[in-house]
Amino acid sequence: MLRAFARLLLALLGLMAASVALTGVAAAADPAVVAVVTDANKAPIAGVTISVTGPDGFTGTGTTGADGIATIIVPKSGKYVATIDEATIPGGATVKDGTERTVNVLSGNKKVLFPVGMPDDGGGSQDGGGGSGITLDRVMQLILDGVILSLIIALGALGLNLIFGTTGLSNFAHGELLTLGAFTALVLNTSLGLDLLIAAPLAILLSALLWGWGQNQVLWKPLRKRQTGLIAAMIVSIGLAIMLRYVILFLFGGAPKSYQQFAGQPGLELGPIFITPKAIVLSIIAIIALVAIILWLKSSRIGKATRAVSDNPALASASGINVERVISIVWILGAMLAAYAGVFLGITQNVVWTMGQYLLLTLFAAIVLGGLGTIGGAIVGSFVVGITVQLSTLIVPTELKTGAALLLMILLLLVRPQGLLGRPERVG
Amino acid sequence: MDMGFVLTQAITQAIGVTAIIYLLATMGLNIQFGYTGLLNFGQIAFVAVGSYAIGVFLIQWQQDPWPNWMPWPTLVPNLWVAILYALLLSVALALILGIPTLRLRADYLAIVTIATGEIMRLAFKSTDPLGGSQGINGKMGQDFYDLNPFPQQDRFDFGPLSYTRADLWVVLVGWVVIALLLLLTWALMRSPWGRVLKGIREDEDAVRSLGKNTYLRKMQALILGGLLGSLSGIFWAIAKQSVQPDSFVPAFTFFCYTILILGGAARVMGPVLGAIIFWFLLVFIEQFLLLLIDNGTITFLVPTQVGPIRFILVGLGLMLLMIFRPQGILGDKKEIALDAR
Repeated sequence: MLRAFARLLLALLGLMAASVALTGVAAAADPAVVAVVTDANKAPIAGVTISVTGPDGFTGTGTTGADGIATIIVPKSGKYVATIDEATIPGGATVKDGTERTVNVLSGNKKVLFPVGMPDDGGGSQDGGGGSGITLDRVMQLILDGVILSLIIALGALGLNLIFGTTGLSNFAHGELLTLGAFTALVLNTSLGLDLLIAAPLAILLSALLWGWGQNQVLWKPLRKRQTGLIAAMIVSIGLAIMLRYVILFLFGGAPKSYQQFAGQPGLELGPIFITPKAIVLSIIAIIALVAIILWLKSSRIGKATRAVSDNPALASASGINVERVISIVWILGAMLAAYAGVFLGITQNVVWTMGQYLLLTLFAAIVLGGLGTIGGAIVGSFVVGITVQLSTLIVPTELKTGAALLLMILLLLVRPQGLLGRPERVG
Repeated sequence: MDMGFVLTQAITQAIGVTAIIYLLATMGLNIQFGYTGLLNFGQIAFVAVGSYAIGVFLIQWQQDPWPNWMPWPTLVPNLWVAILYALLLSVALALILGIPTLRLRADYLAIVTIATGEIMRLAFKSTDPLGGSQGINGKMGQDFYDLNPFPQQDRFDFGPLSYTRADLWVVLVGWVVIALLLLLTWALMRSPWGRVLKGIREDEDAVRSLGKNTYLRKMQALILGGLLGSLSGIFWAIAKQSVQPDSFVPAFTFFCYTILILGGAARVMGPVLGAIIFWFLLVFIEQFLLLLIDNGTITFLVPTQVGPIRFILVGLGLMLLMIFRPQGILGDKKEIALDAR
């Protein structure tokens, strides 16, 4: 008990020390208004003029680069008004929520977001019906977006479900594994200056070691030794999630960030659909990773042991399987998959402290839909959820799309509580 | 800013409007989770129903009736009728949540309730007749403020504490309502009905084998806790005069759990003690750090980093409490069977 506490304290001290080092650097920058112009798919838009006015008659203008970012340096902190020139937006699209933003610049950069609703995909949510109606092109685009989202969900959900299967823990801090992976890559990429092609794999390995194996050793293994109940452990994971989330906010601030490479990649138009090359490459790697892990779980000795522990830990232990070792491996695997999902999200959208938090309920929806604790279920559930989320924007406002997946999960629970692939058993 | 200011702020907030909002919701959770063992992770859904019923019936649909043939001004003539509707709606929500999930394992209720809370937040946010992303602002509960008996004067001072006339009335009524509800909880939980709830928490099968309808009792506990949650929302709307969709995030429920476990689950006074200590510490730490930054003692932090530090401590506190002292301050460890349903 004392040892566990001491380890927790040590980990926290390390974090605090790191924060001191990092914030010292961050506070030194000149104040600036950073305008970010993105389209409805969160892809950057270049060549848009932004003007800024402020106290003492200050005016300044800037034009967005390929990354969709225009930085206007301002002389001092104070209230500034940033205005986007709608005439310079390609395709005559309009900005959501008006063209003016009032920002309070303290010290350092203040980000202003200008989300542009492109006319071809509805963009705006106020129309309630999703823009230009249901066309085949739009359906195909949404299915493609849905498949990409499904892959990200599957990467997270497989790990979540493996951890649930082997330890019984509903890990509410799993979303933070994604966020931690993305931010580990960000630190390697921007602070250490490594190219993302090196930083990303390194971040995944570091995540496996620190956030996977390390988290299990420091926190969950001692808790299992103390025979902490599953609901108590679930509440511990909620506390951990809140703590990690705000440690990240504390260290990195709330503004969305992007990696130094691949930020503003132009998209490809393949017939009616639109996709960026980075999304294609990341998706292919995700598919290979998922297939490899499923094959490994099905055929290798350790994989079989994992499934045996999922099925019945006591029986597995009695037949000579080292249950703790299997659990360690599952945590390492879960953290690696989640870190890759985080980097994937970070490259295709951006890196922000809430990224995992927003995905967490979707991950739970996927594994409950597919079947708690089953490997195939996590994958099937992820695809059902991912494609439902994107296709639902045909009929419901964009903000509600996560709600559509959650509603689907609740409805399925009414008729099939064990999930699509789960074995029927008494669950109450 | 000095130490006196920091302490005054912390004490004011520890018994202030926000603490009352969290306390009412936590008292509901205490009945659901503390006494009955129901893992409701979506208490915020009940709070949102309470707040939105007041905002929508009293402001939104009075100005812009929806559907437009409905005579809302005659249907909801005053605050008291709106409160009645709010309570009825929260009963309906409890039934909708409970009917499919109360027969299932505990973690299913947890996931369905947290998901329902999020669905409702997103739905409120994207439906313009319900306020949309702008939320609802306006004079909610004029009827309540009209009853204010205090004499017309700017401020009322009690030692270091100082209240405006309206704030004093709001806080006073809040605590009187809480006192009455605590009395009700105390009476209910020592009645045979309350003993059945505790029995369900300890061993549902045993209670069922004695011929008790556990499903019905769990539903009643969910409804009662939900009513308390929606009272918290009603109070929120009246006291803050504003209903914003993004206030109703899952984190609210988790803070309520922190308060409940800090004070002691399954204890009548647990939530009260928890809420007061939680808000005192939260505000004290924030103001104290701001003071140290202000007078130059701490130079490695900027004011915007103080907010996150508070919540890091909340998360860490929840973890440590759950691991080392799950019974909190007042609780009895033997009584906290956290793995019941």
